Amino acid sequence: MARHLTRTLLSAITVAAMLGVAVVSTQAATLHMAWSQDATGLDPHKQTAFSSLRLLELIYEPLVRVDASLQIIPAIATSWEFSKDGKELTFKLDPKAKFQDGTAVTSADVKASFERILDEKTGAAARANFLSIAGIDTPDAATVVFHLSQPDVPILTAMSDVNAAIVPASEIKAGSIGTKALGSGPFKLDKWDPNAKEMLSANKDWAGGATGVDGIEISVLPDEAAILAAMRTKQIDFALLNDPLVATLVPKEASLQLNRVPVLAYHVLQLNPSRKPMTELKVRQAISCAIDRQEVLDTASLGEGKVTGPLTIPALATDPSQLFCYKRDVEKAKKLMAEAGFADGFSATVIGATGEPPTAAAEAQVIQSQLAEIGVKLDIKMMELNVYVDAWLKGDFDMAIALNGGRADPYTMYNRYWTKAGNLQKVANYIDDTLDSQMQQGRAETEPAKRKAIFAAFEKHLAEMSPWIWLYTSYSYTAQQKNIAGFVPTPTGTLFSLSKVTIQK
Amino acid sequence: MNYLMRRLATFPLVLLGVSILVFVAIRMVPGDSITAMLGTEAGLLTPAQRDSLAAYFGINQPWFVQYWRWIGGILHGNFGISVTYGRPVLDVILERFPLTLELALLSMVIALAVGMPAGIHAATHSDKPSDLGVRVVAMIGQSTPSFVLGLLIIYTLSAGFGVLPAMGEFAPLWQDPLRNLSQLILPAITLGFAFAASVTRISRSAMLDVLSDDYVRTARSKGASARSVIWRHALPNALIPVVTLSGIEFGYLLGGAVIVEQIYALPGLGRMVLDAILQRDYALVQGAVLFIAFNFMIVNLLVDLAYVALDPRIRLGEQ
Repeated sequence: MARHLTRTLLSAITVAAMLGVAVVSTQAATLHMAWSQDATGLDPHKQTAFSSLRLLELIYEPLVRVDASLQIIPAIATSWEFSKDGKELTFKLDPKAKFQDGTAVTSADVKASFERILDEKTGAAARANFLSIAGIDTPDAATVVFHLSQPDVPILTAMSDVNAAIVPASEIKAGSIGTKALGSGPFKLDKWDPNAKEMLSANKDWAGGATGVDGIEISVLPDEAAILAAMRTKQIDFALLNDPLVATLVPKEASLQLNRVPVLAYHVLQLNPSRKPMTELKVRQAISCAIDRQEVLDTASLGEGKVTGPLTIPALATDPSQLFCYKRDVEKAKKLMAEAGFADGFSATVIGATGEPPTAAAEAQVIQSQLAEIGVKLDIKMMELNVYVDAWLKGDFDMAIALNGGRADPYTMYNRYWTKAGNLQKVANYIDDTLDSQMQQGRAETEPAKRKAIFAAFEKHLAEMSPWIWLYTSYSYTAQQKNIAGFVPTPTGTLFSLSKVTIQK
Repeated sequence: MNYLMRRLATFPLVLLGVSILVFVAIRMVPGDSITAMLGTEAGLLTPAQRDSLAAYFGINQPWFVQYWRWIGGILHGNFGISVTYGRPVLDVILERFPLTLELALLSMVIALAVGMPAGIHAATHSDKPSDLGVRVVAMIGQSTPSFVLGLLIIYTLSAGFGVLPAMGEFAPLWQDPLRNLSQLILPAITLGFAFAASVTRISRSAMLDVLSDDYVRTARSKGASARSVIWRHALPNALIPVVTLSGIEFGYLLGGAVIVEQIYALPGLGRMVLDAILQRDYALVQGAVLFIAFNFMIVNLLVDLAYVALDPRIRLGEQ
């Protein structure tokens, strides 16, 4: 009898549990979103992690932002103008712009925000993009004038980043930036439970108008296969995906839609030209000729992407087939190796970060087999991300598989590596007068056609010198239920258009 | 009682050793809180910016100063502040611990409820087809990685039946028991499967040993029923290795089941520690490891005490 009772009780609990399993709550007009990696902090001036930026873009606003075609469009500023000598940049602020506590965004907030970024004590990585700012004037509450020490066209693009977000001067004074998220963006952060959940609610005072949903609930589901499973059961409306293997499964689900767009970030094999034998131009060129970029893309990323040269900005990029050795030529590679005195090849180590990107190990393996054909024996060393970053920043590698972030302007994207004063010169380990001078010209040139020509020459020269072997750009993936409307994917990967997304009944 | 006091007295020493080990180990791994936050962008920092951030993260002092300050804080009940959560470390740990404890208990219940009867059945039907069946299933259970089983369950439920436990936000037991059970039952089955397999194997072999002992033969010859021989005479003695195994396994589970928590997106202790390591949240890693070590010691102590209860011949602490 007792056993029968126990069995009945257990069965009841199991059924109840399974019923509980089947109950999925959905709140009207709240977008349920998921991603596998959470934001790492709330200070918009300090955070550089991809997820942090995606979250903070919904809460904070910069002066301007870029649209899907990478054109600068208004955000807090409604208009802007460079002076004729390019050394003064004036912004007019939106009079409707308000912080989420209802106070107006004024020129004093803009000035205080940029002073905070420029203050070394803040530790803002983006400071490097704003070093040309010599002074900031605020003639009235709605006007800000930046005085620049030299003409600096790319500074406008740098200002479109959430790392240049405008925060309240009062919060800076109170020292609460990073502990309290108070911006002027479309959503307010109501709750953040790190690595678990974020709750956002619509900012009714947002100058951009009404948002399409009342709020966004972001769940951190570390396994992307589990994200897909949660989307199948309609627990999740919208998700950010990193792994192409998971993303390619989305279209197989009738109720789901995959959004994919080529991004500015690029997969690259970084050579270290300060280490023998990569010091030899012909060795670097031989490596470039021996690599079949399309095969790396097809094998490591299931063909999800596009072979690229150094420039990934669509309006400026050169057709890769016009660049040095973008068609694989093993015979030429062997000849170059022999001319450099390495006919028998050499051994080297390539480092990569485990899971960052998810295709890193596969990329390294394909490259290993391709380079073996010209006698280069590659030893693959996969590391935890932080260990990799440490070695990478010290330039302590022969070769490195990397996924480097792109920017909407080539100067901002590459001055760190290819100018003599670049902050990451030590990582690139390659000094070239031509590249340095092309970068400086591109920085000062305001005429779009001339700028394009300067950067085309820069790209051609860089591919020919082969300090790095650019491979491909991949896609940014988002998956959504088909009843979600209005999301616009962009090459920067921003999720800002979630502000206008609606849930169809 | 003396034994208990002596064991408790060793706790501070063990914890001191663990604290030194975790403090040094986490700092020996390349990378720090700054590179964890900024990634490769950390290369854009000037030396003054780096110094300022190092001061913010509390890593600008020599190691021994940092260690001294940390240990000094613990003696005053202050485990430090987590830079990720912006809250006291102990608060964060205690918030995550109930889930981990509940998951560990549930897995153990499943493992014992399935594993022990299966093991006993296999032992009493030794070398019969049902014994073989149990052994094969147990072998499969032990050799199937939890991530394979977890993903298989998730895929089958979501693709085959369109159901899945609500993931992301966790409902504590005392707030919503049904939802809580629905969220934990599948992870507990995933963890409990391998655990049950180990229990099955160990209880089968322990039972086989005991069943061939003289006192069991004596009980049988005195006419005791088969059921009485197994449950009254053999089982209590066969339980000792099962208790040892369960204690060790339970101690591990209290440290968090990282993979299962990752797959089912459960905000438990294991995932918290993993994230803290990846984000180089030193205070949180150190505090959590100390907490886990303390739990492990408590569980070990309870296992030792359980031996006495199971077998009165055992006298703990006697030379």
